[in-house]
Parts: sequence; C-alpha cells; structure tokens
Amino acid sequence: MTSNKDVVLDHVSIRFGAYTAVDNAFLTIKGGEFFSFLGPSGCGKTTLLRCVSGFVDPTEGRVLIGGKDMRDVSPNKRPTALIFQNLALFPLMSVAENIAFPLEVRGVGRKERRKRADELLDMIALPGTGDKKVHELSGGQRQRVAIARALAVEPDILLLDEPLSALDLKLRQHMRTELRAIQQRVGLTFIYITHDQGEALTMSDRVAVMNTGVIEQVDAPEAVYNRPKTAFVASFVGENNALSGKIASAESGYAALETPAGLLHGVAAGGRHYKPGDACILFVRPERLMLARDNDSVNRIVGTLEKEEFEGNIRIAHVRIGNAMIRISRVNDGLSAPLAPGENVTLAFSPDNATVLPVSSMAEVDA
Amino acid sequence: MSGSSKSTGGGLFAIGYSLLFFAFLFGPLIIMTITAFNSSSFPRITPWECFTTDWFGALIRDQRLMSGLSTSVGIGIGVVAISVPLGLAGALALSEVSPRLRTALYSVLIIPILVPGVVLGISTIVFWGSVGRLFGGDHGGIFYNGTFLTLAGQVTFIAAYAMLVFIARLQRFDPTLTEAALDLGATPGQAFRKILMPFLGPAIGSAAFMALLASFENYNTTVFTILSGNTFTTALASKVRLGTDPSLSALAVIIIAVTLIGAMINEAHNRRQELLRTGRASRSRLYTNPVTRWLTHPAGIGIILLGCAAALVYAGSEHDSRACRADLIEQKRAVQERLLQEQRQRIEEQKRLQQPSATTPPQPSNNPSPFGGAFSPGGLAPGAAPAPAPSTNPSPFGGAFNPSALAPEAAPAPTPVPSANPSPFGNAFNPGSLQPKP
Repeated sequence: MTSNKDVVLDHVSIRFGAYTAVDNAFLTIKGGEFFSFLGPSGCGKTTLLRCVSGFVDPTEGRVLIGGKDMRDVSPNKRPTALIFQNLALFPLMSVAENIAFPLEVRGVGRKERRKRADELLDMIALPGTGDKKVHELSGGQRQRVAIARALAVEPDILLLDEPLSALDLKLRQHMRTELRAIQQRVGLTFIYITHDQGEALTMSDRVAVMNTGVIEQVDAPEAVYNRPKTAFVASFVGENNALSGKIASAESGYAALETPAGLLHGVAAGGRHYKPGDACILFVRPERLMLARDNDSVNRIVGTLEKEEFEGNIRIAHVRIGNAMIRISRVNDGLSAPLAPGENVTLAFSPDNATVLPVSSMAEVDA
Repeated sequence: MSGSSKSTGGGLFAIGYSLLFFAFLFGPLIIMTITAFNSSSFPRITPWECFTTDWFGALIRDQRLMSGLSTSVGIGIGVVAISVPLGLAGALALSEVSPRLRTALYSVLIIPILVPGVVLGISTIVFWGSVGRLFGGDHGGIFYNGTFLTLAGQVTFIAAYAMLVFIARLQRFDPTLTEAALDLGATPGQAFRKILMPFLGPAIGSAAFMALLASFENYNTTVFTILSGNTFTTALASKVRLGTDPSLSALAVIIIAVTLIGAMINEAHNRRQELLRTGRASRSRLYTNPVTRWLTHPAGIGIILLGCAAALVYAGSEHDSRACRADLIEQKRAVQERLLQEQRQRIEEQKRLQQPSATTPPQPSNNPSPFGGAFSPGGLAPGAAPAPAPSTNPSPFGGAFNPSALAPEAAPAPTPVPSANPSPFGNAFNPGSLQPKP
C-alpha cells in the first residue's frame, strides 16, 4: 500500500562528471516516517536530499513521491519542503512575511496569509513575533520559524538538511525533542540529514547510514547501533573498539578471530559465512567490556591501564594491548574505585556483545 | 598626555597635516563659492567690490548653458534607463556561468571602462555612421543624431560601471534564498521579483545614481558624440574657453548646495536605519521625543534644508546690488577724475616753476583747484567767519574741503553775508566779524 507521503529512491545514482556523489541508492521511505540519513560530510547525503527536493536530477534511476515519478517536476511543483542548513530565511521580510511566503506566491490574500502565519506561530510557540525581523530572533527561534514556513505549504514530505548544526548543545537537544513532537503532531514524512549520530538515533524511526555515496545500512536506530552490518557503520555510529585479525573458525552464527590480543569470539554479523583465514575486524563497544574478576569468560584480554578519564557519569579507561588501545567505559555508580595507571587489567566480554565484520569498506574511518 | 601621541610624536604634525589636507581639498571650493557673490566681472575675491546675486541670474539667462542642461538631463535619464537593466543583466549572467567562462566574460565586459573615453566617442560615431550607411539613412536620421549617439556612447561604459555595482552586491547574495523560494512554491519569476530584486534594491539605487552622475559629468566621449549640439558639460567647457565669469562660480555654488543637501539627507537616513536596525531607537532620547524624532527623520531634514535653500534663494533674488554698484562706479569715476586733476596740477606746477613771477590769481568762488579750495585763504578763517558757500562745488571731494564745511552750525554769521563775496579772504578781514555778538 502506498500513501502519497511515500518516497521511493529507485536505484538512484547521481554523478558530477567522473565523481559519483550517490551510488545506486535504493530504499523506500514510508509515509509519516521520521527517516534520517546519517553519514560524514561529503558522503552524498545532501545531494540525495536535493535530488528529492528537485534541485538535482538523478543521473540514473527515479525518485517517486506518492508513487509518481518526479522527473520533469520542478522544485516548486513538488509536494516537498526543504529546511536548509542555514535555514535560508528571507532577511528582508518580517517573521510573518517569511512564514506566509509560500501562501503569497500561491496568491492567497493578505488577511488570510496573516491569519495562517499567526496560527503557525502559535504552533511553534512564538506567538506575537510576527512583526519582528528575522535577525531579531535567537537561533532556536529562527529554527522554529523555518519549520513553520516549510509547514505553511502543507507539504507531504519535509526535508531537513542538518538544521540543528548551527545551534549550541543545549538548544540542539531541546530542538530534537521539539522536532520529533512536531513530526508526530503533523504526521508528515520527515527526511532528516545529519552527521550527528545522536540526532539520528534519538529522533528517527529508521536511519540510513551513508558512506562515500553508498547506503551501507538501513535500520532502526537500535539495530544500527547493536547490529552494524558493515565495519564503517560499526565504527561511525557510536564509540567502538576494533581488533583486527584472521578468522580461526566459524560456526552457527559465531566466529572466532585470531587477534594480537588472543583468540576472541563474536557474532558473525548478518549471518555471514566466514572461511578460516578471512581478514576481519572484531568490534566491541566500550560499555560492553567488563573488568574480569573470574576466569570463566570466553573472551579475555589482558593489558596495561594507560590512563582513566573521568566524565562525570562514566569513567573511560584506556587499556594498552600490544599496539592497540582499547577503551572501556564504566558507570560511575559509587561502588567502583578508580584504577591506577600502570595496573594490569583483564577485560572480558560476552561473544554476543561483539561483532565480527569483514575488513572491506573500512576506509576513511577514525575508530 | 596620552601615550600614543607622545610615542609617535605625531599629534601636532597630524593636526597640521589634516588642516593642510582639508585646505587643499576644500580651499578651491570655498574660494569659488565666495567669488560667486562678488560683483567683479572676473571671478576673484580681492578686491571685494559688491555683494551681489546677479551672477545666478546671468547663469539662468545663459541660453546655451540652459539648453545644454536640459539635453544633459534627458541623456542622463536615458542612460540610467538603459544601462541599469543592461548592467543588471550582465551581472546576473556572470553569476550564473561557470567560473572559467566568467573570468573571460568579465574581462570582455570590463573593457569599455578601460578604453579611453575619447576612443569610445570617436568609435561610436564611426560605428553608428556605418550602421546608418548600411540602412541607407540620410544625415538627418537617427544615426547622425547627437543625442542618440551620446546615449549610445555613454551606455557602452556606464553599463559596465552599473554591472560592477551589481556584481559586488550579488556576491553577498545567498543563492539558497532563491532555492528556498523555489522550494516553497515560487515560480522562478516570483523568486526573482520577491527575493532577488528586493535584495538588489540598494544596488539599483546606487547604480542609477552613479550612472546619472557619470553621464552628466562625462566630457571626453560626449564632446565627440554630441556632434553640433551641446550638453551641459560641453557648453560649460566652451564657455570657459571663451573666457570665464562668476556665473560659473554661481553654478558651482548651486551644485555644492545640492550635493550637501543630498549628503545630509542620506546621512540622516543612514543613521536612522542604523538606529532602527540595532534597536537602540527606543532608548535614544532623540527618538522618544516626537519633535526631535521628526526633526531627525530624513524627510524632516530634507524639508528643513530645502526650506532654508528656498529662503536663501528668495532673499538672494530680492537683493539689489545696483545701488552699491552705482556707488562703486561713481567712486571709480572720482578716482579717475582725481588722477586727472593731479596730473593737470603737476603740469601747472611745472609751468609755474618756469614763470616764478606769475602769482596765482585770486580764485573765484567756483574753485577749480584740485585741492578743493584747501589753499584758499578763506579756509584759514576762524570758524566763526562765515565763508561764502558756493552753491555748486565741482570738487571731487564733495566739498569736504570747502571752508564753510568747517563752520560750526551754532555760529551763524553776525553780518549779512553777500551771496557772492568777491573777496578771496572770505570776509575774514571784515571788521564786523570781530564784533562780539550783541
């Protein structure tokens, strides 16, 4: 069943000369979904967004909105509204004029425009600011005005291009919940572009992780974090420890990896079948590592504590194992004592908490 | 004392230099302004003759200059109407093309500014002349019309000026604003009208103003393209060539006044905008008081300044310097006459030296002496002695040396004075004059 708020990227590739910005993107965004594209800058996510809004034509493939092919449909005819990274509020217009601009160009009368603008200002909790100039508003207020302006068109799909990146941390966190609340209230499809995994994970129904033009994984936030399908996703989303080595054995969804830190066991991601000798990486998150007290754990790593950083709610211990550094985070629960540098520590983790992934597509990642 | 001026040692020097610099900049303008009000028929300050406003009248009565002015205004408006849209189109085209093409196009479009105006003027005539021949037009046709040629010639480089203004403004334009407008449902035309044009508004204003000025003051190109006609500038130039008079200073005064009024209104506008923009308006005392708020509004200042100017013009038109100038002519005539008399005197002196025996005959009461009767013995008479007052004194000194002028009015002559006393001694020796008053 397709609603007119569905967006389908049907094998979309976008090339600029020899450079491929988006490579064969294929996915369906369901109507009313909060969908995020997450990736480092330059991964092609903004190009993809501009393709949906109509400013860039796909070199190959089709963009379908509500089942209709959008080729030859100009941006002003598409049922999309884009919120730009710099918001692109019109500086010479008042707040109300900005919000009413989409109505003005559609020939709505002045009184009706003003009424609608005031309604939208009420919705974004900025009543009475209609006559202010844009530069008189704070960053967060401008943000909300941009959203109101986009909603004035009554679009089917709202596209957001890193709209929170210019805000400070507190405001950003506040706007996350606000955006999510607005989305649930208006029931539109939100397509959200960000390089900030926190934003993507907290707000989205589903996340597509992109790297160098390729969509590496499309999943719910939990799945992206807990069950990464590629080495890039594992290292880009959240903190992760990577230990590379060769497969020693693989059976029934688990794989054993011969690493400098010893033989370690993890889940073979996505049910992959590895052969002994395959070059792989074992990923284990800092919060899934534990200080071992007994010797019955399958995965044990022995190393030397270099330093421990105190971050308030957690402590992050840096443990040297040969040439590799492993981070382990411990909750500051008032029971555990700080560790002393130079101390020998033994780390343990369950095989279910580790993921074994092939080396490929590991490029350009600082894990 | 502040350390900075001490350490650089430039305080006094800087002030002195600034004063000199301002004198250098504004000295000519000030002197020019003063000469406009001197009645001397050559523009100069010294000798100061009479305060006059007649040169403004002379300026307005100058047919050639005034017809040139109307031609110039017409051409200026035409140049603005053509070169502003042309320049805007050029700037928009440049902002759309690829960077490499842009560099090439930019150099091509900027060439008319670099080419000397004289060359532009001549080539305009040659080009449109051949176009005229191509279409078989005769010499009365548009391609041989001075106004048309000047318009064409000036637009070639003024459009490039306008383009530069627009390019500078467009570089500050955020193209995502246009994209946002399109995305929100505006057609490309609407996006241009409602987003780009308002942004370019100030640039359109300054480009138009600059085009008008450039057209108005242009000489090098216009002097060729105007053919047998005249613009204000060419008329002015030929007037200077034939010999100048202070009506040109009067023109300068008008131009300076118009510029100053414009600059002050503009400054008031800018300050007001700044106040409103920064939101300090509500805190400024000027803006909370309705009277001063009106007075500092650009329109208020404009009305006040124009009112002052109108009052000055009215006062100037009422001012009549004829009396002063008549006086002056009279004085000049007197000086001439005095010089003439002195010369005559000298000649007579010489004659007398040649004939020492000859005594000067007693002077008649009609004293032709250049000394106005100063040597007349009657002049030595005590004040009480009434001297015969000649009714018609031809002396250039206006009777100042007339003996009777020295007589106190309170002392009337005790004896009836004959109206025409033949004595050269003015009755000084008349015994009756020594009689005490009864």
